[in-house]
Amino acid sequence: MATKILIPTPLRPYTDKQEAVEASGATIGELLADLTTKYSGLKAHLYNEQGKLRSFVNIYINDEDIRYLQKDQTPVGEADTVSIIPSVAGGV
Amino acid sequence: MVRDVEGLPQLTNEEIKRYSRHLIMPEVGVDGQRRLKAGSVLCVGAGGLGSPAAMYLAAAGVGRIGIVDFDVVDYSNLQRQIIHGTSSIGKTKLQSAKERLADINPHIQIDTYETALSSENALELFAPYDVILDGTDNFPTRYLTNDACVLLGKPNAYGSIFRFEGQASVFAAKDGPCYRCLYPEPPPPGLVPSCAEGGVLGVLPGVIGVIQATETIKLITGIGEPLIGRFMIYDALRMKFRELKLRKDPDCPVCGKNPTVTKLIDYEEFCGLRPSVEAEAKAAVASSQAPSQTEISAVELKQRMDRGDALVIVDVREPNEYQINRIPGSQLIPLGEIPRRYAELDPEAEIVVQCKMGGRSAKAADYLRTVGFKRVLNLKGGILDWVDKVDPSQPKY
Repeated sequence: MATKILIPTPLRPYTDKQEAVEASGATIGELLADLTTKYSGLKAHLYNEQGKLRSFVNIYINDEDIRYLQKDQTPVGEADTVSIIPSVAGGV
Repeated sequence: MVRDVEGLPQLTNEEIKRYSRHLIMPEVGVDGQRRLKAGSVLCVGAGGLGSPAAMYLAAAGVGRIGIVDFDVVDYSNLQRQIIHGTSSIGKTKLQSAKERLADINPHIQIDTYETALSSENALELFAPYDVILDGTDNFPTRYLTNDACVLLGKPNAYGSIFRFEGQASVFAAKDGPCYRCLYPEPPPPGLVPSCAEGGVLGVLPGVIGVIQATETIKLITGIGEPLIGRFMIYDALRMKFRELKLRKDPDCPVCGKNPTVTKLIDYEEFCGLRPSVEAEAKAAVASSQAPSQTEISAVELKQRMDRGDALVIVDVREPNEYQINRIPGSQLIPLGEIPRRYAELDPEAEIVVQCKMGGRSAKAADYLRTVGFKRVLNLKGGILDWVDKVDPSQPKY
């Protein structure tokens, strides 16, 4: 079961420049594990050395932040769109 | 914060003529315009975001506009910082901005603060203003601005940009989330390139900056639905706007129920740009135990190349940058491709990694060391320093 993941601009160098990719998983945790297996360059950007999701990267399922759902246990369906939203600071 | 009608300043006949298109709209009207006249905004930054925002806020008649910026107008600014012009090159951004804004609207008060925003001055600078408009370009200042807004109870009309994507929201409004509710932790330095390294579509800050100005006007006049608890994301290339839900985090260290941050901190340290005292001590011990050079200067690199040293120079910029200038003999492996292509490099070779200014190459160098390369040097200052000090015949960008 494949779900669409939207990749933000700063991370596209690690997904062959694609802005959306597909990965499989029944929960967010499984989905992201599949994503970082397919695109290993993403791993260090999404996870710290302890294997925890970095907190300057937010994961949304449709328009809800997973921190306020079930975090990486949040169930994911084929019709959902998962977005990775990193913080950017540019303003000048 | 929306002021009562009683006590608002009256509009002069000239102002009535000027703002007629606001006055004839029921959503603004005379009372709304009087609120704008009594209102105030502090623009932190007179660059890509601050430029269009300040110009439209002046045009709209916000009575008092403050600007904080310590920079000087440079050629590369003019592609997007439209408050400045070719005749402003070399002037301070404040001088240039003040002149432009005074021309747009001579009825308003323009305050200029030629200083870097810091934990020492932020609370005092912010205090007289209704709304703070965050137009800065680095993480320490964004966290500083956020925290100061929360501590003072002032809303933060936030916007940020990267290449062709922008974000906007209103943080630190009463009962609304703050920036730390969304991003409790900044990224490590060097992970997200600046506009100078990542590039930015010139028109992009025009859109986001004016969205910030729009939110400022809505907050001052009390009309419409501000972006409180809403995170707007804009993709200019696809021309799509998306909205994500933002929640106030009850455990937020600054705006939560039990705040642990009750005064401004050292934000450079928070963002990892200045190691804490313990970290510096550890690093000093580590480097005295195992001295190894991790950087090389442009001049030193040229000397070693002239001497005939066997060095492999890896340029980690993008192909379009490699077209502009390059170090002779360098090979191009863009940063994003390093994890997949480092096997093309000889792990026994001495490698010099280089990018535009030294930020991306530092990351690449760190990565190569983690996968077993023993002799990796980062070119300090990147190719810009090389052009300055070794080969001025090449263009800079």
